[in-house]
Amino acid sequence: MTIAQEKNPPVKLPNEPTITPQIVAEHGLAPDEYERLLKIMGRTPTMVELGIFSAMWSEHCSYKSSKVWLKKLPTSAPWVIQGPGENAGVIDIGDSQAAIFKMESHNHPSYIEPYQGAATGVGGILRDVFTMGARPVANLNALRFGDPSHPKTRHLVSGVVAGIGGYGNCMGIPTVGGETNFHAAYNGNILVNAMTVGIAPTDKIFYAAAAGLGNPMVYVGSKTGRDGIHGATMSSTEFNEDSESKRPTVQVGDPFVEKLLLEACLELMATDAIVAIQDMGAAGLTSSSFEMAAKGGLGLEMALDKVPMRETGMNPYELMLSESQERMLIVLKPGREDEARKIFEKWELDFAVIGHLTDTERMVLSWHGEIVGNIPIPPLVTEAPMYERPWTLTPLPPVLDTAKVPAPQDYKASLLALMGCPDLASKAWIWHQYDHLIMGNTAIRPQDGDAALVRVPQTTKASSHKGLAMTSDCTPRYVQAHPETGGRQAVAEAWRNITATGAQPLAVTDNMNFGNPQKPEIMGQFAGAIMGMAEACKMLDFPVVSGNVSLYNETEGRPILPTPTIGAVGVIDDISKAVGSRLRTAGQALVLIGATQGWLGQSLYLRELYSREEGAPPPVDLAVERRNGDFVRGEIVGGRVAACHDLSDGGLLVALAEMCLAGGTGATMKLPADAGAPHGYLYGEDQGRYLIATDDGNALVAAAAAAGVPATVLGYSGGDSLVVEGLLALPIAELRAVHEAWLPAYMNSAA
Amino acid sequence: MKAAVLVFPGSNREGDVAQAIELVTGRRPTMVWHGDGDFEKVDLIVVPGGFSYGDYLRCGAMAAQSPVMAEVKKRAAQGVPVLGICNGFQIVTEAGLLPGTLMRNSHLKFVCADVHLKVETSQSLFTNRYQAGQVIKVPVAHAEGNYFADADTMKRLEDRGQIAFRYCSPEGAVDGSGNPNGSSSNIAGVFNETKTVLGLMPHPENAVEPMFGGTDGKGLFEGMVEALS
Repeated sequence: MTIAQEKNPPVKLPNEPTITPQIVAEHGLAPDEYERLLKIMGRTPTMVELGIFSAMWSEHCSYKSSKVWLKKLPTSAPWVIQGPGENAGVIDIGDSQAAIFKMESHNHPSYIEPYQGAATGVGGILRDVFTMGARPVANLNALRFGDPSHPKTRHLVSGVVAGIGGYGNCMGIPTVGGETNFHAAYNGNILVNAMTVGIAPTDKIFYAAAAGLGNPMVYVGSKTGRDGIHGATMSSTEFNEDSESKRPTVQVGDPFVEKLLLEACLELMATDAIVAIQDMGAAGLTSSSFEMAAKGGLGLEMALDKVPMRETGMNPYELMLSESQERMLIVLKPGREDEARKIFEKWELDFAVIGHLTDTERMVLSWHGEIVGNIPIPPLVTEAPMYERPWTLTPLPPVLDTAKVPAPQDYKASLLALMGCPDLASKAWIWHQYDHLIMGNTAIRPQDGDAALVRVPQTTKASSHKGLAMTSDCTPRYVQAHPETGGRQAVAEAWRNITATGAQPLAVTDNMNFGNPQKPEIMGQFAGAIMGMAEACKMLDFPVVSGNVSLYNETEGRPILPTPTIGAVGVIDDISKAVGSRLRTAGQALVLIGATQGWLGQSLYLRELYSREEGAPPPVDLAVERRNGDFVRGEIVGGRVAACHDLSDGGLLVALAEMCLAGGTGATMKLPADAGAPHGYLYGEDQGRYLIATDDGNALVAAAAAAGVPATVLGYSGGDSLVVEGLLALPIAELRAVHEAWLPAYMNSAA
Repeated sequence: MKAAVLVFPGSNREGDVAQAIELVTGRRPTMVWHGDGDFEKVDLIVVPGGFSYGDYLRCGAMAAQSPVMAEVKKRAAQGVPVLGICNGFQIVTEAGLLPGTLMRNSHLKFVCADVHLKVETSQSLFTNRYQAGQVIKVPVAHAEGNYFADADTMKRLEDRGQIAFRYCSPEGAVDGSGNPNGSSSNIAGVFNETKTVLGLMPHPENAVEPMFGGTDGKGLFEGMVEALS
């Protein structure tokens, strides 16, 4: 097929401004990018055409700074059905079932308008997953806020949490996991990364590629309003003092309509009327229609006056660029319009045939019979700007000598300080506002394990149920210190968290949050993180199947900590064999798996007790990581483990404290003779480690020795206190009071 | 026991309660769409949880006016048992099948958590599997579960034994510590005068399997099967 020639230039609408360099600049297009546009068009664009190029070539939609790097990530494995490039990634989980998942950011909107920004972030990621035919079964979210003492932080926490809950609770999808951190680097740019996991039959997965000349293009869902115009462009620049004035670029969500849209789409998907389907996300009708046509190698004619409109007096420009929520674009098989219309009418949703597929490879837009836009589709996509921006890698900082880090004068006080600090304090105030139990499949709840665990609805008559384990992880301070190590660690920790439930880690979705890519040191952070992630994904057979990039997270030149959030999914064949991290029974042996050197560089201990963020982050040996993890998983599935927790922020003592709190049982441990400095052993953040509770500690240690895995019995569960012989004895009730106090007190404190 | 579960636009726990009923009876209940004014004869009508019509008006107020609720009212008057859970409790209250109303939680936030309930009576078709005074653990998930009724109504409810469940501490103390939403007199669930209609905010349907929230809610469904089969 070749691209048809344009016959007549489009008409100019009344009141349509003449394109000036200033209008081009306001659309975020660089002068050389505009030159490129002129070459493709062969004439001056109309306003709607300019708006389309602006949206499609925005960083948000085109990945123009990140694409060259994203290609370095491994994306395939025998169980991968669909890697990056579709609405979400798809993996085979056995029994003809697929898990479909993705994580996506809604950072910029959530800072400007926290409730709606976060709510529509959840709505958008849910649509990405059900567009592909999946019923969503779980939501997760990774949140980063500024310093708690910053005047905006409390307002942002309150709005974001209410927005996530408001949307997910109404949709009836459990929000089962996530993470929340605080750091001054996020004062001007918070991060709201939302992840959805869905389940679909492997033979009923829907894609975006349009097919079939003449097939109708159908618009369903909510009407189009003026909200969110230029949202994609807004998210592709830094913030400055005027950013608050961008509130009208934030979309407004309606979870009730999305719930109806979910049910209506799944009902239509149960028929065979759909050829292709795509949700309208960033850049709305523009990106959805261009993606469908481009993927199918076809052209498209759309009558924009047929688009259901919420407001009067809307024009083609607004219709193409609106980011109104809860809308879908569907290519139907010919003659199936009435059948589909009935379903959407039953659910009281709009349904309109707005165009049809052509063989011109052009997007022809009309308005009351007159052509107002006519763009050749392939060059807009293939000739989109792509940059290999200059990059400078962050050098590895010197390794911090444990001897140069003071030991606490009072171990009890130091543990309480850590367990009550914003990053480690209980987040129950947050997740109690999320319905995490709906659907009745939640086996591991927030705070009860390293990963959330959800039962997969059964399709066969098997006596056992599968479980899906899922988590989201990143340690931004490690990435800041050394992006390669930090990238490696984020992937390894996600893999470890899935492993700690007994599930087999299968695949990753990545949400890359960084500052301004036009600065070489920021681009270097991105490049370094990707290198580390790629290496870890390869070594751990943990391919990336979907993802999202959010750049320009900077305010007045101050960037966020580089935050490549890793969302991950794993599967356990028999959910009854999974374990959480709750220490529930007295008399169980506590076994530490993995080697401890006492690594305090970039540790939470160093930051929280001495306000020092320095040194090299703990190295990640991926071969050791894999060996230790495979051993632990085998022991769990073999039924020889009662509880398991990975060691991460805060090290061994924090992990043990968390296990005691989760299960309500105390523990007594003793430092081994070769422990070295006690504060290094207890608070060091060496990687590749797990703490296990088991009925037979000696058998576990023997099995570990046989597998070449370091293992040590540290002590036993029991009693009402957490005891480290000779160093501390802390009643669990006191520990709990401190751990649970910080967030509610902070949220209820006067401004 | 033949059961029907109503489905409104925005219902979202209809699948959970259908699953619980199927687990106990071995039989999938009939799902009844809100627009249907008529449906087959059943032994039990369940109004499930969710956000009917988005709950953009007062919770349950729109659903209470739907054609299917007119039919439910008619059948309830004939003595057909009705169970309203969460949004369903709000709907049957708005429909006038139960006294009182559900206000916004006193802390103004959505709350999803396990709570403890004191079973007030075993003398009903819904609670016959429990002992009076027994403490059970089931979850709540709502933003508007703060039960309120005027003083006369409250007195009548107490005098006639129409209170089904009260929030309590794990040890069974009915005090502020176990109350998740500020409900008057810690009320979690109430009956109509004939105890053929029960409305409750907690979700017994999410406490019917050991790995998924425990089994303390199962007794409610087993009790109904016993009474209605």
